[in-house]
Amino acid sequence: MTESVPVGRDGIEAGRTPQAQTLQDAQFLTELRQQMLKFARLQLRDDDQAEDAVQEALAGALKNEDSFKRQAALRTWVFSILKYKIADILRYRQRVIATSELGDDEHREQAFMDGLFDSGGHWHKAERPSSWTGPQGGVHSDHFWRVFDACLNGLPEKQARVFMMREFIELESEEICEQLTLSTSNLHVTLYRARLRLRACLENGWFDPSTAEEATP
Amino acid sequence: MIDCKQATRLLSEQQERNLSRREKLALKFHVFMCKACRNFGQQMGTLRDLARSYAKGEEKVQDRQQPSDSNPQDK
Repeated sequence: MTESVPVGRDGIEAGRTPQAQTLQDAQFLTELRQQMLKFARLQLRDDDQAEDAVQEALAGALKNEDSFKRQAALRTWVFSILKYKIADILRYRQRVIATSELGDDEHREQAFMDGLFDSGGHWHKAERPSSWTGPQGGVHSDHFWRVFDACLNGLPEKQARVFMMREFIELESEEICEQLTLSTSNLHVTLYRARLRLRACLENGWFDPSTAEEATP
Repeated sequence: MIDCKQATRLLSEQQERNLSRREKLALKFHVFMCKACRNFGQQMGTLRDLARSYAKGEEKVQDRQQPSDSNPQDK
């Protein structure tokens, strides 16, 4: 499924059309490629497949580059191509992976929930979500995205996959359920657990300065 | 009366489905009383924004704080 194309850090031929300028901008392309790789690796957890998906997405972008004039639009567009590639790979993989492998470890989840909520269903004091309004501005930084990366990587695999299909690839619930043969309530609880983990991780790692040092990768 | 566990579950779930009137009412009441769950609700919106920005490879995220008790499906 990999086709070989002249794309890479410095593999772009020069001088096609004025619109194609951004894809020939070596620095822009390098950055874009890095972002795409990071995104693809996180979702596929397989470096080779991630490389292939990125390569194919960039090849597709190069073929149709004339239609894209602005760098921002180009980036969004290239990523949307990548998302489709990843969705394809995940769909294919799903067909070959036994459903049992995706089974959650219920003991682990029970322990996790007990760590957050008391027997009456209320937050343990130390786990209560605080307000994120203060340091929101800092979200623009590279440092923040590293924390975000680490938090995503810390999710159990099934939760990470479902969360990314829902929030990165922006698939509808029905489609995720169908792809992963999950019931709707199973999907809901999986997303719920992923969000509980992510928000706790972000709060500890970023929004609450008192614990920021420990959670930084 | 719903507890924090149920409230947070609904706050997560309303990003996938429309809550029933009964659920909305119970949630609204709980969130009104409970600051922690109110914060959690806001974070659900922030988390979605962050994930989408990350996926788009953007360096920044719009500051969008949505009210925790009145955001049905966010499409």
